[in-house]
Amino acid sequence: MHISEGVLSGSVLISGFALTAVGTAVGLKKLDYEHIAQVGVLSASFFVASLIHVPIGPSNVHLILNGIVGLLLGWGAFPAILVALSLQAVLFQFGGITSLGINTLIMAVPAVMCYYLFGSIIRNRPKWIGFTAFACGFTAVFLGAVLAGAALIFTEENFLTVSALIIVAHIPVMIIEGIVTVFCVGFLSKVRPEMLSAFYEKESRW
Amino acid sequence: MISEFFINDTFFIQRLDPRLRIVFATAYSFAVALFAHLQTLITALLISCMMLVMAGVNFRVLAKRLLAFNSLVLLLWLVLPITFSGEALYYIGPFTITREGVLFSAQITLKSNAIMLAFIALIATTPVSVIGHALEKLFIPQKIVHILLLTYRYVFVIEQEYQRLIRAIKTRGFIPKTNIHTYKTYAYLMGMIFIRSVDRAQRVYQAMICRGFEGKFHSMDLFALKRQDYICLPFMTTTIIGLEVLEWIVTI
Repeated sequence: MHISEGVLSGSVLISGFALTAVGTAVGLKKLDYEHIAQVGVLSASFFVASLIHVPIGPSNVHLILNGIVGLLLGWGAFPAILVALSLQAVLFQFGGITSLGINTLIMAVPAVMCYYLFGSIIRNRPKWIGFTAFACGFTAVFLGAVLAGAALIFTEENFLTVSALIIVAHIPVMIIEGIVTVFCVGFLSKVRPEMLSAFYEKESRW
Repeated sequence: MISEFFINDTFFIQRLDPRLRIVFATAYSFAVALFAHLQTLITALLISCMMLVMAGVNFRVLAKRLLAFNSLVLLLWLVLPITFSGEALYYIGPFTITREGVLFSAQITLKSNAIMLAFIALIATTPVSVIGHALEKLFIPQKIVHILLLTYRYVFVIEQEYQRLIRAIKTRGFIPKTNIHTYKTYAYLMGMIFIRSVDRAQRVYQAMICRGFEGKFHSMDLFALKRQDYICLPFMTTTIIGLEVLEWIVTI
């Protein structure tokens, strides 16, 4: 779910940057200086976790994890994903400067939406946690693929087929993300339940 | 292992002021991203190659990276020519290859390569710590720069932690397959990494407080434009203006 350099039109690239700037500003405003270290180190751990290649049949996929990022960081997902993608660009050359804004948007908007849609259910309804966590992982990737498709269609209407292909190709990823999110959230809710809410929400320390 | 392959500051481009490189790379990338004509794009690709030579990057790693992102471009070549509507060039079975589709694919190929080569020459050759401090000097908000620097600092530490956990599960006979057990194992592994990073972040913040952190990371790099920067500045400006003029000439 990564749109390469040189594909999108100027207006899409610029709006991507503008919206990412707004989201990042909201995220940074919610973070005090004492949260900066937490976002930084967690962002590094999401970066490493997204390098894990999970087998699926004869091939493998790497996880996107924006559902979990959203649950753990809330609006902090914007700066975290922006930074992770910048590092990915500098260290591995996955993507460059112009598509940074739109690619951050594609991953961070679903993250924040998942935080609002599923966060409180996961925290407060232990019975529903499995189903909700699956929905969270699945929806985050699904929305990301839809946003990526939308960015392509806004660039060039002929991208319609490509956009549909992107969404269809991501269905296995959505299912695997859902499954991994179920286990990961289940694990965190047993071991460290207080991590499952964005830390700017409450004052009690971890 | 994660590492920075392209750094070798004996080469000309790598000795330029990082701020200048960031500003030029951004302006150049956006300029190229907005071009539409093949003539301009080919010129841009040649200019990017020249920058790459001046940056003295490791060509073996470069080839690997180019292969990786051009395989994505190859996917576009498989899909775009047959899905675009327009003037038909060839018919292959039920598919029609259109002129517009081929042109658009060629455009994307040239653009993405020109942008990525320039990015590798100008930005990937700079240590992230230097990029962070340069961004701060370029009026990027301090908080995001701090997150970038901390992420960079800990990405290597956490990767080692990840390698340690992987060794542990392999020692216990874990073989990744397409089954629930594998997904569960990876999910728990990630969960463990997240928990450890949160604990680590706590300690990092305490250490920062002990050393009197007041919301600023001080940098020992003095950013000052030197003679080579002043010599390069007109060349950089001319490159972008020249390309824009070329695009305009081709249009009319």
